[in-house]
Amino acid sequence: MKDMDYIFAVARIRVLEKTLLSDSDISQMIALKDEKAVLSFLTDKGWGESGSAAPSAEELLACEEEKNRALMREMKIDPRVFDILSYPQVFHNLKAAIKEICTSESVPGIFYDLERLGGKEMMDILREKEYAALPEYMREAAAQAYEVMLSTRDGQRCDIIVDRACLEAMRTSAKKLKEPMISTYVESQVAVADIRVAVRSVRTGKSLNFLKEALADCDAFTAAELAGAAARGEEALYAFLESHGFSEAVSALKDSPSAFERWCDNRLIETIRPQKMNSVSLGPVVAFYLARENEIKMARILLTAKANGFSEDAIRERVREMYV
Amino acid sequence: MSFSMGFVMALLGAALSTILAGMGSAWGVGLAGQAAAGVVSEDPNQFAKVLILQLLPGTQGIYGLLVTFITLSKIGLLGGAAATDMSLATGLTIFAACLPIAIVGLVSAYHQGRTSVASIGIVAKKPDQFGKAMLFPAMVETYAILALLISILAVSNIAL
Repeated sequence: MKDMDYIFAVARIRVLEKTLLSDSDISQMIALKDEKAVLSFLTDKGWGESGSAAPSAEELLACEEEKNRALMREMKIDPRVFDILSYPQVFHNLKAAIKEICTSESVPGIFYDLERLGGKEMMDILREKEYAALPEYMREAAAQAYEVMLSTRDGQRCDIIVDRACLEAMRTSAKKLKEPMISTYVESQVAVADIRVAVRSVRTGKSLNFLKEALADCDAFTAAELAGAAARGEEALYAFLESHGFSEAVSALKDSPSAFERWCDNRLIETIRPQKMNSVSLGPVVAFYLARENEIKMARILLTAKANGFSEDAIRERVREMYV
Repeated sequence: MSFSMGFVMALLGAALSTILAGMGSAWGVGLAGQAAAGVVSEDPNQFAKVLILQLLPGTQGIYGLLVTFITLSKIGLLGGAAATDMSLATGLTIFAACLPIAIVGLVSAYHQGRTSVASIGIVAKKPDQFGKAMLFPAMVETYAILALLISILAVSNIAL
């Protein structure tokens, strides 16, 4: 579709953007007494099914996730776009299926409920080793991760193989799609994921080989460069990040782990924020979808924090920037 | 009945005024209409505001029509005494006089339509900013009006 084909959808999104939670809404929710008050606040904002009895936190969030997906289906957006955005869920199902088969332990609710490659389908494919039934972008990683898990029981190595394949698949598909907003977002996502892995690896003393296996290339840096810096230690990694335009990440890392996690999510929101000024392309529609996902994630953090009696300061440290 | 090449050129100029400016308006109003429909699908209360913004690119088509009427009147086609023996030089002059509104009408209506789409986005998010939102596409109108004036002055002052 051409940019001008999205005029109707973007105008609709502009109206719907008014319903997104703002930073002041989040501040209000932080100040609320408990989980029940937060649920009530969200229900007043139109979350959940209208007229339904007081839903649980999980029901409310699941309902909002479904509303978000339904809106995108209504907008008749190129399905390839949402395929790319759903890769992390599909690859998560792959990881979960491998572990469930190899450990023979069943964890309820571990799989994302997807139309294609849901938990049961993924497990059937792996059990039969019918990798050809998987999308091309995940066949090799699936076979490799499954063999690693079967032979070594190393869940972490299995994870990094699948996670890297996911990032590479997103990047390759985004490049093929030739939608600038998607490419920019995916590049940002890969960079943030790489930095997250590099930081954790440095702090847990992982080897250069581990880093090379875990990191994916992106436009901002190559995997080999980042792996090399991370292998030299924390200070070398900080210097590398600062020289590649990620000095805010370094500040956040020096602050606290939760500040760094917040930076990771904020960086992605910053990537999509220019779409608020765009009136004729796919960008604002996808940005709205991602903004809704971000606010659902934020609501989940708040509800969990309230349910576990976190202090306002502790919650505030975990608060992400909102799109509007 | 035979027509001179000059008469044909004058008639072609008159036709292009309506055709090109009308095409531009149809394009612009169509673009803005899609955005307006998107807003009304979620917030029907904004119907009147977005309708006004949608209609703004429609004026170029009217300007083109006006120049066509003036031209047809000038060459006598409306009065029953058509100047069918008009010289080629005069016909080309009338043709040239019609071009400003034809070309500027086409281009400005398209861009006004795009600006209206953006302004409808403003109304969607901040309905109270309608006044400011309307000014942006209205600015584009300036150039259609200038072209209209030039076409009218030129067509009116050509001596047959």
